[in-house]
Amino acid sequence: MDIKDIIKEENLVYSKTKLMTDNVLSYCPGCGHGTAHRIVMEIIDEMGLQSNTIGIAPVGCSVLAYDFMNIDMIQAAHGRAPAVATGVKRTWPDKTVFTYQGDGDLAAIGTAETIHACNRGENITIIFINNGIYGMTGGQMAPTTLEGMKTSTSPHGRDLKKMGNPLKITELIAQLPGTYYVSRQAVHTPAAVRKAKKAIRKAFEIQQENKGLTFVEVVSNCNSGWKLPPVKSNQWMVENMFPFYQLGDIKVDGELVK
Amino acid sequence: MARVQGAIVVDRERCKGCEVCVPACPTQVIELANEVNGKGYHYAYMANPDACTGCSNCAIVCPDGVISVYRVKKTA
Repeated sequence: MDIKDIIKEENLVYSKTKLMTDNVLSYCPGCGHGTAHRIVMEIIDEMGLQSNTIGIAPVGCSVLAYDFMNIDMIQAAHGRAPAVATGVKRTWPDKTVFTYQGDGDLAAIGTAETIHACNRGENITIIFINNGIYGMTGGQMAPTTLEGMKTSTSPHGRDLKKMGNPLKITELIAQLPGTYYVSRQAVHTPAAVRKAKKAIRKAFEIQQENKGLTFVEVVSNCNSGWKLPPVKSNQWMVENMFPFYQLGDIKVDGELVK
Repeated sequence: MARVQGAIVVDRERCKGCEVCVPACPTQVIELANEVNGKGYHYAYMANPDACTGCSNCAIVCPDGVISVYRVKKTA
């Protein structure tokens, strides 16, 4: 069969969702942010929530998320996205509200807002992209940077005695009574993307049932910050990030998964 | 022979040549072109179109969402 006969409108099985705008993503080639953006938008599209969702963009590489997501968005000050989301959700309890934050935003400057929003059990969804580095500002060490990982501010690798331990914020907030569903996913392979999509969809569904805060971490790569080509950075992530940041559900239906 | 035949369309100008789609393809259809697009990236293309099954794996992992997938069932 000729390719021209296959490429027809009626045979289309997959293309970028309409909820992603046509702006060219500002991310580096191979960055997991693009995939994470797309699956969030696909879920909102599938659930028919485009006109009823308010997203909160963070500060970091994804600061321009409002340019790419074709829904109502607010851009919060650095780390304050859960606080802004709290206000939005309390003003419009019937809207679906989510924040999209990186690790420098959520786990460093925004730790207080994150922990208290989770502890209060605000009925919002937090999507947390963890690449273990401050990607936007030039690859500095973040709280989530692994032991021995080289960054521009830890050129000999992170020394735990001098620089402290990497922060597993997802496990930390899973301990809080306000969180209902906490999960850690990745977007580097088709299977991982499908799983992550299921987890984020579940999070949005729980929010619609008003059961409490839902939190999905996406372990992602930062090939520019890690100084690796995209495919190798994904391999590095599998070999180094996943043993420390283990994938899977951490809290389901308000109960910690053993 | 596969019962389904697929094809992908890559938006060449938006492709950043990150190569994430290449290992995601179960039938090794995709390669990066020798030529570059307007931004200087080696864009992805169907090097082996006959093997494509239209599974959408490449499109699902594409960070920039530049791949559209088409699929038909073979009658003969």
